[in-house]
Amino acid sequence: MAKVIVYPPTSMILSDLVERMGHKALVVPEAVRRLVTANDIDSPPLNVTPEEPKKGLRYAAVDVPSGVRGRMALIGPIIEEAEAAIIAEDPGWLTGCAGCSRTNELVRLLIRTKGVPVLDLSYPTNDVEAKVFVQKIKAFLEGLK
Amino acid sequence: MMLVTKYVITSSESNILPSDIAMKIYGSKYEVNVKETCFGVVINGEEEVINALIKEIRALDPAGIFIKDRGFPPGDPRRCRGRRGGGARPGFYMIESESKMLPMISRALAWEGDIPAIPEKKKPLPIKRLEEIVKEGLS
Repeated sequence: MAKVIVYPPTSMILSDLVERMGHKALVVPEAVRRLVTANDIDSPPLNVTPEEPKKGLRYAAVDVPSGVRGRMALIGPIIEEAEAAIIAEDPGWLTGCAGCSRTNELVRLLIRTKGVPVLDLSYPTNDVEAKVFVQKIKAFLEGLK
Repeated sequence: MMLVTKYVITSSESNILPSDIAMKIYGSKYEVNVKETCFGVVINGEEEVINALIKEIRALDPAGIFIKDRGFPPGDPRRCRGRRGGGARPGFYMIESESKMLPMISRALAWEGDIPAIPEKKKPLPIKRLEEIVKEGLS
């Protein structure tokens, strides 16, 4: 069983397909869960303490917006854990009220420079593309140890 | 023991309704919290119990039921829209966007035939060819 990071790191489709094929999907909600459900809440309601931006400093410089560093405090450790990656091309709904394009760029860069096997895909727009999408993911995951 | 929360999301073409999943969980031996939503259910419980339960839920419709992790427990006042004055919670938009693709993904998962080749997308007319057409038209 390999630890596979999916991009977008909140993707239901990609994380489900990874888990279906018997691997471990590395996703952001797990990192969020550790913070928001910890028994020893330091900083309610979300338990984001001054330690989080410090963790983010490992991946982004101090002059980078705090939003990027804060997000990287959650996503960065997941990238370090990853043994493989599946990256779906930005379908256009990853930025907005809760997204950050600069973080997305940094996440993709860190995954690619990590040197783990990466599968690049686009979200399907029709049935034929969906079949190829699923088949490519199956073949990629079967090739992992 | 760590408590985990998962979304169980059904494809819009699946014959399984969120209420069917909720009833299955109520009738099971597992001690978990269930919240029924419009797109599926949210389940919360101990990790091992949830993993075992997910296998049973998936068996209802292997290609039409999808599972996603969630950070906050169901009904958490920090995310529940009832406590925040309405509006979709952050993260719903991602589920909404991906839910539209679920019927396609379900059909692809259930597909057992050969994988068809994707037809090449039509490329724009090269400028040289356009020039030739214009010249032919003018001559």
